Amino acid sequence: MTTATETTTTATASIARAVEPDTAGVAAEPAAAAGLADTAVLARDLRRSFADREVLGGLDLRIRRGEFLALLGRSGSGKSTLLRAMAGLDPDFTGQLLVPQRRSVVFQDPRLQPWKRVLDNVVLGLPGSRSENRAQGLAALTEVGLAQHAQAWPVTLSGGEAQRAALARALVREPELLLLDEPFGALDALTRIRMHGLLRELCRRHRPAVLLVTHDVDEAVLLADRVVVLTEGRLGPAHEVRLPAERPRSHPEFAALRAALLAALGVLAESGSEVEAS
Amino acid sequence: MTTAAALAPPSAPPPAAPSVRPAEDGAPLVDAAGLSRPRRPRVPLPRPLRRLAGPLILVALWQLAGNLGAIDSRVLATPGQVLSAGWELARTGELASNLLASLARVAQGLVIGVSLGVLLAVLAGLFRLGEDLVDSTLQVLRSLPVLGLLPLVIIWFGVGEEPKVALVVFATVFPVYLNTYAGIRGVDSRLVESARVLGLSRVGLIRHVVLPGAVPGFLVGLRFALTSSWLVIIIAEQLNATSGIGYLMNQAQAWYRTDIIVLGLLIYGLLGLGADAVVRLLERRLLRWRRGFDGN
Repeated sequence: MTTATETTTTATASIARAVEPDTAGVAAEPAAAAGLADTAVLARDLRRSFADREVLGGLDLRIRRGEFLALLGRSGSGKSTLLRAMAGLDPDFTGQLLVPQRRSVVFQDPRLQPWKRVLDNVVLGLPGSRSENRAQGLAALTEVGLAQHAQAWPVTLSGGEAQRAALARALVREPELLLLDEPFGALDALTRIRMHGLLRELCRRHRPAVLLVTHDVDEAVLLADRVVVLTEGRLGPAHEVRLPAERPRSHPEFAALRAALLAALGVLAESGSEVEAS
Repeated sequence: MTTAAALAPPSAPPPAAPSVRPAEDGAPLVDAAGLSRPRRPRVPLPRPLRRLAGPLILVALWQLAGNLGAIDSRVLATPGQVLSAGWELARTGELASNLLASLARVAQGLVIGVSLGVLLAVLAGLFRLGEDLVDSTLQVLRSLPVLGLLPLVIIWFGVGEEPKVALVVFATVFPVYLNTYAGIRGVDSRLVESARVLGLSRVGLIRHVVLPGAVPGFLVGLRFALTSSWLVIIIAEQLNATSGIGYLMNQAQAWYRTDIIVLGLLIYGLLGLGADAVVRLLERRLLRWRRGFDGN
């Protein structure tokens, strides 16, 4: 939740203004506000409506540098809308939203260009020389365990492999903010477990600020430092995850947090089976 | 279940019928191995040969009818006569020079027409102004029958090479334009979005996402263009020409040389097949990513 100072129009040098319709074209003002030095994302009174329907109703949110924040919500709660605004894909919100210059997005579908080989997909849009990029791209593919598929066509990859390639494509840009839009939603359960481990490992190494949008409570508790629930365009209170790094499911705190989050989502946990709250 | 049948290699002859055997109690069980195996009688000939047999039988009957005097050679020459006419024309060099004349016209028209079609499709596909100006205009022009332009084209260009090339251009621009434009507009918006997030510029987007995505549509257009270019050149060469396969056929008509006319038809057919093979080769090369097959 908002813990920032009253600075509304300034940002630290590395925080660039996201698409801000009110003041479009105004360059980001240089440093000031010492309170923003450790901030990766700052949203103040963020609103977005589609036609007459208000999807985001005045959000305040701050993500610290290196923090892994999970945003939980039912479908239609506005979580993807918030992520798209942070990605710079939505010019039509109002309010203030400060995000870093280097951002990467992993969508639910891998969205690899089918006519480019895996490595060419990973380095697509990178500045710098071709050979330099290819070396970096190959390193990123090695990190996600796909180096041997660097020259493969995307159509030959399995769902999990394609999503790992998308992850490599996001990380090769060394993002300050990594936006994950239900990235494992389309994978089978076993692949998802392996992807959780991989993502945790990659985040430990690269330390980007992460926003994970998901409707999977377990996934949020397994991965995030902090979990917030979005309900009909409004954020609920934040839940800090105070668990050992391995996140053992047997830990009593795990079950307690899970129950609290399910309750916030409007689902009652009853002896292992979830019941819809009326 | 009969383990022997289930474990048998696929090449083993299928059982005559799924063997039905009583279960310990209840309904009888059926051998699953026999269920999906086709029980069609085997024909020793490979499929391509069998498919070739139909046309060959037809040609043989045609030749036979000619030999028996059932067909007047002024009405329709026999396959043998067509072949010997072909040999005769090839020997004198007439066949090669006329074939080259036709090929040159089609090639020139195709190069101009296809380039123009792609250029217009890119203008209309990428720019709002281009769409408003180009698309509506081409949709109107498209409805004109190409061959109806013949008299006008002759007035404009006379009776030299230009009217024939112009007709081929006119016949090829539209299929290439329509399909390439649809290809550009049909590029998955999610791919465009993901490329934009990666920081691609507008030029980069066009080069890496939009144009590669339009290639399948373009190839469909190219295939139509090749077909209609031969169609147009046949007519154009029969009306006013001093060379070309169509000219050869037109001359033959004056002398009731049905053997040369059928020869001309045969050549047009072969050229059409050749053009199709070229596009298929292009497809295999340009659309490798579709099946991920590299040929090795």
